[in-house]
Amino acid sequence: MILSANEIFKSYGDFGVLAGVSFQIHEGEFVSIIGPNGAGKTTLINVLTGLLKPNNGKVFFKDHDITGIGPAKLSRLGMARSFQLVNIFPTFTVMEFIKLGVLSRQGKGARFYAILKRDREVNEEAEEVAQIFHLEDKRDVQAKNLPQGDKKLLDVASAFALRPEVILLDEPTSGVSTSEKNKIMEILIDASKKMGIKSIIQVEHDMDLVFGFSDRIIALHSGKVLADCTPAEMEKNEAAMCAVVGEKGCFKICSSLLE
Amino acid sequence: MKTDKLSSMGSEPNGSFAALIRKRQTWLLLAGILCFVLLPRVGGQYTSYLVLTFFGYGVALLGFNLLFGYTGLLSFGHALFFTSGAYTVSYLTAKFAIPYMEVSIVVAVVVAVVIAALIGAICVRYIKIYFALLMLAFGMLTYSFLIKFYYITGGDEGMPVLRPHLLGFDLSSMAKMDFLTGWYYYYVLTVFIIATWIMWRIVSSHFGLALRAVRDNPEKAYYLGIDVRRYRWYAFIISGAYAAVGGALVAPVIGNVDPTLTYWTHSGTLVFMTLLGGFTNFLGPLLGGLVYIFLQDGVMSLLHYWRFVFGAMLAFIVIVAPGGLAGAIELIANKYCAKKGA
Repeated sequence: MILSANEIFKSYGDFGVLAGVSFQIHEGEFVSIIGPNGAGKTTLINVLTGLLKPNNGKVFFKDHDITGIGPAKLSRLGMARSFQLVNIFPTFTVMEFIKLGVLSRQGKGARFYAILKRDREVNEEAEEVAQIFHLEDKRDVQAKNLPQGDKKLLDVASAFALRPEVILLDEPTSGVSTSEKNKIMEILIDASKKMGIKSIIQVEHDMDLVFGFSDRIIALHSGKVLADCTPAEMEKNEAAMCAVVGEKGCFKICSSLLE
Repeated sequence: MKTDKLSSMGSEPNGSFAALIRKRQTWLLLAGILCFVLLPRVGGQYTSYLVLTFFGYGVALLGFNLLFGYTGLLSFGHALFFTSGAYTVSYLTAKFAIPYMEVSIVVAVVVAVVIAALIGAICVRYIKIYFALLMLAFGMLTYSFLIKFYYITGGDEGMPVLRPHLLGFDLSSMAKMDFLTGWYYYYVLTVFIIATWIMWRIVSSHFGLALRAVRDNPEKAYYLGIDVRRYRWYAFIISGAYAAVGGALVAPVIGNVDPTLTYWTHSGTLVFMTLLGGFTNFLGPLLGGLVYIFLQDGVMSLLHYWRFVFGAMLAFIVIVAPGGLAGAIELIANKYCAKKGA
């Protein structure tokens, strides 16, 4: 077990978002978290990455209590994330972007009197990451001028440059055309193999991608875990499927299940 | 593999000396330095005097822009550090009879680092307008402190700055202007060049990239392992130290320090100079400082309403050329190069 969430409760004021979420992620797993809008997926990710402190419950990563420790410390322990909406440094070139992740992992962020361009360690590793993500031809393009798909890839690539053991991908293919989606997923899977990533957790709406790539699916609804099972089992779980696809009348079934 | 190396050499400046002398920027830079070196011989005393003031402000502006242009924090009270540097020199030379300029600069840096560490710890929790106003408040607090504590600070009359010894040499027998535009000019020019060199290293370093990341997108930077607040704090301290060195260098030029140095309009002057030159370019604020000092001198002698002229200029820059003078020059140069290429 590499990551575990124990009885996470989180509310904003009176508005409860997570109502006792527990699950475990093991080494080598590709886990998808699914659920309708407002199910608490983003809040869950923010709690898992230590950005938000839950009202109750704890998160453990490799035996460290990481509840609310913040993303910077967490990245040093070996967990990173990418974002649902394109989250880039607009004025950075592709290489600068990746280098930032690399130098951060190498613990060189506070080196204020070394010339970055002459740091071979950083440059070589950044070069490697750029090649894995097929971005090496665009090394000097400013991030804001990249096409949408490449922006997404760059966001993920910089997270991978931290060489994490666990990576959280918040809708890695949202806002990207269908034809590009599979290409991005393949690059991601390939990259995690090459860079020794142990587990991937993704939040995804595209069910083809969820069922196509996951070892396990966690369905979230109204701040609770509705189902936690393999894709094959999930297909048989009518209530959970229903909640995810969100057809009429489903809400009743789901609510009754939760009680 | 070979082509790879070549292409990266074209786009990224290489560290080797051979690559350095092939670049046009290097020659432009050397020409600029040569102009400054020759100025007291050919340009007349008054011009040298103005440029001398510019060197002091230039150092302060480099610091100001590390915080504004590179970290994204607009300080509206940076004259506070400038003032702390200037008062340090006054204290050491006039009160403690320690006339050595090197000691003054070192002490000014230490004092500024302590002040910046304390104020910064509070201020970097805020960004944008809140940060700007908080710094404005600290600047004005210092102003009232300097006015009210008459026995420590000399109140609104301020304190004198005695002529410092340079590298241990006592030059008090020289006439004032000869000293300022002679030895002192070259002394300050040297400090200015060293300070610019160090700042160039800082913005080209790992830390420099991290600061730009903090400016562009703090959330993403945080997730990439950059402790955003701590880095802002570091930048704040370096920036304060630079402003203090600037103040220390200017102090012997003005000969007397008083509280107006930390009045908010003086902080505004630093902002104006930076905007005028362009904060997106490393050398922009320096260009802005130089142009500002000469313009102010010229306009003030012609018109009583120089503030009106400067106000109109500021409006013009913000609306028409947000990149400042350096931005405008870059634009023109790029157009020219594109034309030449076609």
